[in-house]
Amino acid sequence: MKLTSLSLNELAQGIRAGKHSSEEVCRAFLERIERVEPLLHAFLALDPDYVLEQARAADERVRRGEEAPLLGVPIAIKDVICTERLPTTCGSRMLASYRSPFEATAVRKLREAGAVILGKTNTDEFAMGSSTENSAFGPTRNPWDLSRVPGGSSGGSAAAVAARLAPAALGSDTGGSVRQPAAFCGIPGLKPTYGRISRYGLVAFASSLDQIGVFGRTVADCALLLEVISGHDPMDSTSSKRPVPRFAAAMEPQLQGVRIGVPREYFVPGMQREVEELVRQAIAQLEALGARADEVSLPHTPYALPAYYIIADAEASANLARYDGIRYGYREEAASMWETYCRSRGNGFGAEVKRRIMLGTYALSAGYYEAYYLKAQKVRTLIRADFDAALAKCDVLVAPVTPTVAFGIGEKVGDPLQMYLQDIFTLALSLAGLPGISVPCGFASGLPVGLQIMGREFDESTVLRTAYAYEQATRWHEQEPPL
Amino acid sequence: MPLTAEEVRHIAHLARLWLTEEEVALYQEQLSQILDYVRMLQQLPTEDIPPTAQVVAQEPLLAEDVPSPSLPLEQVLANAPEREGDYFVVQAILEEG
Repeated sequence: MKLTSLSLNELAQGIRAGKHSSEEVCRAFLERIERVEPLLHAFLALDPDYVLEQARAADERVRRGEEAPLLGVPIAIKDVICTERLPTTCGSRMLASYRSPFEATAVRKLREAGAVILGKTNTDEFAMGSSTENSAFGPTRNPWDLSRVPGGSSGGSAAAVAARLAPAALGSDTGGSVRQPAAFCGIPGLKPTYGRISRYGLVAFASSLDQIGVFGRTVADCALLLEVISGHDPMDSTSSKRPVPRFAAAMEPQLQGVRIGVPREYFVPGMQREVEELVRQAIAQLEALGARADEVSLPHTPYALPAYYIIADAEASANLARYDGIRYGYREEAASMWETYCRSRGNGFGAEVKRRIMLGTYALSAGYYEAYYLKAQKVRTLIRADFDAALAKCDVLVAPVTPTVAFGIGEKVGDPLQMYLQDIFTLALSLAGLPGISVPCGFASGLPVGLQIMGREFDESTVLRTAYAYEQATRWHEQEPPL
Repeated sequence: MPLTAEEVRHIAHLARLWLTEEEVALYQEQLSQILDYVRMLQQLPTEDIPPTAQVVAQEPLLAEDVPSPSLPLEQVLANAPEREGDYFVVQAILEEG
């Protein structure tokens, strides 16, 4: 079997056992990247010499008999996560030449676990988008159909893993930015509970929603990565002090005793018929594996989209105020300091980022705060209460990730509201701060469809266990895109 | 109720964003459409509902006040669009006289 077709777990075990070196593994991925990357544009930064330098250092650690869970395996990083030695652009002209003076805690933990940082992946500008078309450096293409989007905002990471350019990758999820591209690209992608992973070094978009997430080729790969990067960090006071479970140990092929809730609000008129059929078949499969499925209700689901866009954009307008062209980032000098601010921001940010800063500024401005921001935060309380009630009776909830399969490049860029409607099935879980995974559940006209499994606060174990049993029974993850 | 071009310019001013006249017209239309949509929240009665402050309850966190090294000055200043020695160069904000 080709090295690039092996999973993260298989590659790590192989390096540990001396079956292949880190350098051999990294060279195999670099060779594939050289051939396939020009079709996809999944990466924004990649330095083969730096990759091989890290690989040789990892091989030296192997020779010294060191044990580390990810020793020698390459991992790609979404370009909104700060790294040493590589640029961190956030897909924005604003940060085109930015070099972070510090490294994200999640990346530091990957390095401590022995991983090789492979490169930085494409993203919608500042993670704002559902298609990766908002990147200032051009869109990423879907490996299953090059005329379609890979989803977003972590589209580069999802496309890279699906196309076997990287065995695994980090992304970030504010309203679905890991789960939706995972679904569109046909790989597992997990967003953990808010607070599970330190956000230190994750460039802030909406601080009450942002969470680092993981992409793997298998559910077990996601579990391995999650275990490595989770845990409290003094540099992020919102990171939880709860102990990190052995996620990998939770995997079982059966689902006896697992109670599954199927929220009726996630099957709506207008969604693609084949998507609904595949998700219904997946639920039948979960029952065949021993789970019990019952219909439940999350009655405030229709309000998640408006509440999300008010809260996320309000927080974004505050977070992105830091880009003023003075200490770092794009600067366009004008006659006065105020004009320099306005020109630098007006020309440094792209259309979607400016739209969201404007909406957020409006929602927080005098006279509108109570009608918009405060109202949205009250609705958020109701959305969380919906999940708490449903998850009191069930262990996990299952639903589609997206209403359709991947759409065409350029199809929705002119209509922001149509683009936002892509996220109707992922936003509520983000508002509730709860964990969820997208796991492949089949193909509609040759394009991947994702099954969303959502869980209780800090109960990623049950989410992963359910996803693993389904994956092992169906093996959709073994399909490779025709590149 | 759609936003006026004047309101769009006012929001852009608050956000310190320079917009072209074409952008003002485009955002006037798009933001009006998005605001129309999000106003559906007003249908929902929420008088007795507390707003979410923390979505996942956080443990009280008190840290010892221990000095530790700051970021390396040279690397931080390397990102500055303009510097002079160890300083960022900024434009004057006060007029003389």
